[in-house]
Amino acid sequence: MTTTTDNDLPEIEQSRQSGTQIIRRGLALSPAIKQGLGLTIVLAVLSTVGGSVVPVLIQRTVDAGLGDGGDARLSDVMSFLVIASVLILATGGIAYWMRIRLFKASETGLAQMRVDAFRHVHDLSMLTQNSERRGVLVSRVTSDIDQVSQFLQFTGIQIVVSLGQIVVATIIMAYYSWQLTIVVIVCFLPLAISLKWFAQRLSDAYDIVRRTVGEMIAVIAEPVVGASVVRAYAIEGRTQQRVDDGIKNNLDANVSAQKLVAVTFASSGVAGGLANGAVLAFGVVLGVAGDLSMGTVIAFAFLVGLFVGPVQTATQVLTDAQNAIASWRRVIDLLDTPADVVDPGAAGVSLPPGSLGARFDAVTFAYPGGPAVLKDVDVVLAPRQRIAVVGETGSGKTTFAKLLTRLMDPTSGSVRLGTDPCEAVDISTVAFADLRRHVLMVPQEGFLFDATLRDNLLYGRQDATDERLLGAVADLELDDWFASLPHGLDTQVGQRGESLSAGERQLVALVRSALADPDLIVLDEATSAVDPQTELRATRALDKLLEGRSSVTIAHRLSTAENADRILVFDAGRLVEDGSHAQLVDAGGVYGRLHGSWVAQASLTSRAGEPA
Amino acid sequence: MSADLGDARTDRITRRGFSLLGRGIKEQRFLFWVSVVGSVLFGFMTVADARVLGWATDHVIRPSFERGDVTEGALVAAIALFMAVAILRALGIVARRLIGGIVYYRLVAEYRRRVTRQYLTLPMSWHHRHPTGQLLSNANADVEGAWAVFMPLPMAIGVIAMLVAAIVEMVRADLVLTLVGLVVFPALFVVNVFYQRWLSPKVAHAQSLRGSVSAVAHESFDGALVVKSLGREADETDRFRDVSHELRDANIAVGRIRSIFDPLLEALPNLGILAVIVLGVGRVASGAADPGDVVSVAYLFTVVAFPVRAIGWVLGELPRSVVSWERVEAVLAERGSMPYGSHTLPGAGAVALDVHDVTFRFADADRDVLRHIDLAVQPGQVVAVVGATGSGKSTLTSLLTRLVDPQGGTIAVDGTDIRDLTHDELAAAIAVVPQGTFLFDDSVRANVTLGGDFSDDEVWDALRTVQADGFVASLPRGLDSELGERGTTLSGGQRQRLSLARALVRRPRLLVMDDATSAVDPEVEQRILKALAASTADGDGPTVLVVAYRKATIALADEVVFLDEGAIAARGTHDQLVEGSDDYRNLVNAYDQAREEMS
Repeated sequence: MTTTTDNDLPEIEQSRQSGTQIIRRGLALSPAIKQGLGLTIVLAVLSTVGGSVVPVLIQRTVDAGLGDGGDARLSDVMSFLVIASVLILATGGIAYWMRIRLFKASETGLAQMRVDAFRHVHDLSMLTQNSERRGVLVSRVTSDIDQVSQFLQFTGIQIVVSLGQIVVATIIMAYYSWQLTIVVIVCFLPLAISLKWFAQRLSDAYDIVRRTVGEMIAVIAEPVVGASVVRAYAIEGRTQQRVDDGIKNNLDANVSAQKLVAVTFASSGVAGGLANGAVLAFGVVLGVAGDLSMGTVIAFAFLVGLFVGPVQTATQVLTDAQNAIASWRRVIDLLDTPADVVDPGAAGVSLPPGSLGARFDAVTFAYPGGPAVLKDVDVVLAPRQRIAVVGETGSGKTTFAKLLTRLMDPTSGSVRLGTDPCEAVDISTVAFADLRRHVLMVPQEGFLFDATLRDNLLYGRQDATDERLLGAVADLELDDWFASLPHGLDTQVGQRGESLSAGERQLVALVRSALADPDLIVLDEATSAVDPQTELRATRALDKLLEGRSSVTIAHRLSTAENADRILVFDAGRLVEDGSHAQLVDAGGVYGRLHGSWVAQASLTSRAGEPA
Repeated sequence: MSADLGDARTDRITRRGFSLLGRGIKEQRFLFWVSVVGSVLFGFMTVADARVLGWATDHVIRPSFERGDVTEGALVAAIALFMAVAILRALGIVARRLIGGIVYYRLVAEYRRRVTRQYLTLPMSWHHRHPTGQLLSNANADVEGAWAVFMPLPMAIGVIAMLVAAIVEMVRADLVLTLVGLVVFPALFVVNVFYQRWLSPKVAHAQSLRGSVSAVAHESFDGALVVKSLGREADETDRFRDVSHELRDANIAVGRIRSIFDPLLEALPNLGILAVIVLGVGRVASGAADPGDVVSVAYLFTVVAFPVRAIGWVLGELPRSVVSWERVEAVLAERGSMPYGSHTLPGAGAVALDVHDVTFRFADADRDVLRHIDLAVQPGQVVAVVGATGSGKSTLTSLLTRLVDPQGGTIAVDGTDIRDLTHDELAAAIAVVPQGTFLFDDSVRANVTLGGDFSDDEVWDALRTVQADGFVASLPRGLDSELGERGTTLSGGQRQRLSLARALVRRPRLLVMDDATSAVDPEVEQRILKALAASTADGDGPTVLVVAYRKATIALADEVVFLDEGAIAARGTHDQLVEGSDDYRNLVNAYDQAREEMS
């Protein structure tokens, strides 16, 4: 179901290319479709010959004597009958061949485009910057491509075959009688002219349908996802009203669209009837004047029939085409968005082994079109230090961490890495493969994939053996937790790791990081409360993990900051304080205030700690 | 699987399919038959079109050519007939497509309403047993799928009428030519049936693979931070490529079947026309038929061929509709609701809470989540509930607002059993702030008031108490700012604070908070809790029951209840419990232990 696929992503520049440009660009990006497309189109046109042969056959037979009331002999039309049957069977074969070619080519090409787009999304920093956008990015590699695929195989075939049919029928008509051809064209002309208008109306109507579908799905989610809130606040009546309204709006929108479909469908039939009447009138007059044979007049009735079908579906075809081109455009725009954090690849430099330090020189970062969220940061981080980064939401501390792991690049200034910070290399010149081996970002929530525990633990180091894995578990003193899992390494963790608790997911993330064995760990400390026992395990494991490594932790807890070798305090995008816990508490600045509230929060600590 | 089993299954699906059709027809009886009449009109007029051409051949074209003079009266009649047939046919199309479409959309809307009414009526225990995704798809995709067969149905019925009329027309024209029709029409029908039989499972397979592609993309993008920081982009791409290629192959398999059948269905009537001509020439020569008859029968084949496919569409859609219908039916067949009483609570202000001998277990569980809970709370007291994961804390909060009822024991506020309260009274007296926050796709104001009658001042007061006035005021449209998909997105802490304001604005007499500030900055959390505790201490606020982890939260409580494996293990002040219970001490000190070990 299409819902919000046309949501705009501000980071992706929308192209202003026309429909044909989009198709041309799309084909260029999917060479598998383009290859042999010419032959496929020729075959498609040829495949309409079978249908067009019937009117000619009727004309031949009638003029061979059928029309004169009985003098016709089968032998007179026999040769043509044989030719016609061969043509019908041959075009059937051609139609099969054409369709197979089209299916294979378009599916192969689009599968490639789908995979290319998927890979490209992983190279865009917006993926990690804004979680709200993920759903839209998913629709680029799913429903948008599906829409193009449907278009190429259903509507695309229809367009080519319809056009072929109209062209072949027109050629036959013109061969028989240019006068009658003009008559037929004039009968269909008004409809052909109004097609675009109808298509636009229909497309507008479908836009409204799509919008109402999106709104309806959102309100239908309320009694399901918000079931307990609806119950607890006794708002069943209000919720039902919202749902009913959503359903009603969708119903009305669908009926409006259906009215247009029915009218356009019916009007082509009327045009067909008009054309038949006109052909009869003019045909008889011309025939009596000796310009036309009787068979030709009758054949025209059959030829008019070849026009009705394509015209009948043309409005729908145009609308589908518009939608598909819009989808195609969105995928192409995505692919045209340059990857902003570029992997230098083989040309990149390698980092030296061992603990890494870092150096920020006049680093400023702003999101495109937004204000700077990090301003003029100069700092040198020595290796093997535990550094805590603190600050309120929006202070720039997360941006600092993302720049340090090159999830983003600074707007100005430079970030450098090295064992000796003073002789460090610019982070943007380090090959990704090397950078990821040395520098690891551990996100706040341990994200798990729907697989076994083993797969998830080995996510960063797939070649590690079970012994090595269990060794890492033991190093982090997580043996007891591990032993409590009934299926051990083969435990299925479920979607997003839902069969494990939030705390256990954090433990998995820690073991995973230990196996990856980085030299610099950048850690976003978890904020959500987990079970105290698990919390205790996690804290111990983290301590072991950071031992002997350089680490930068975005701290949310007093204890983390207190135990750090050095604390960096961010406020409104600037690095405002820098020092040890004791120094900063004495200074009584931003950190002093933060510390005060932490202490207040843990005010019971001292009381609880006193011996009974 | 044996052939017998397959047949039994097909039989059952056919039977269920026809009963589904019957149900839908009954629901929209009038409009359905209007659309069928339109469709039959369309069918008859399609045949009439061929008849008019035959008549025109014999009465206008042939005489005119033979006499060398236009037979005007007959010509005018023929033109009028062509137009009349075309207009009636168009009317039939409008009735069939528009009215038929309305029937389908109304059925879908009606069953969406019924399904969502079930969601609002069925007890929470039922909700707990069904995954969210499944319920959403029952109300959306499944309802649409169940009635999808109604889109081509009127046309298929009209086509049957059309085929009968076509055969009658052929018999009238010539018996020998009829034989061709009797071969070609059933052949078209049979080919269509096989077409749909072979196509349906392949289409279903491709559809389910589309789901897999989407699942991999979702997971991979959601875990982007992990993928990127561990440098697994290429492996993720391989994973996505595998499932994309599976989908590609499935789509090509669908294409293969369509590539065979579409041209076959096109060629069949054309071959029929050849046969008509071969036989027709002889019949006309022998004087058994008129030339117009041959033309008319040949024309019939060209106009009938395409609509016949509608029968195949119905047969192809039917099994899928049955499968979707069974899922919808399962929801509709569920019975049960939470019964509410008729009492209201006298008085105003904080209430006393009495939990007496309460025992609870989930429907399919083998042990009690809560065992013989006895708990009395004085009006205006703040009680903290502390316990390890799985100790039954959240379940206790669900019982207090009757999201579920206990198997044994009673819960009373100010001496009234909460089961005797009306639903509105219960909601007004007891407010719960759940662990997970749910916000509606609506304005900030509506998310706080939930349609209740509260002034802006009251809303701002509540927002101030939960320290949310600042960020709400800074939103572009203040209280009217839209939240959700097309609106502003809030952080987890901001969402929790709105959820808390929603409870406070109603001035509940008992406030139940289930770890409701976990995502709020500790500093802000402190301010919120202190404001709450202060109002309760003034005699102005509600009785408060709060599930807590953080010590600072526990510190604000008058009494602490320590739950262990579904039973109250200890209660008293924090100091008393620290002194009296090793388990409690270990639990609440876990954070600090961790801290001490690090230093």
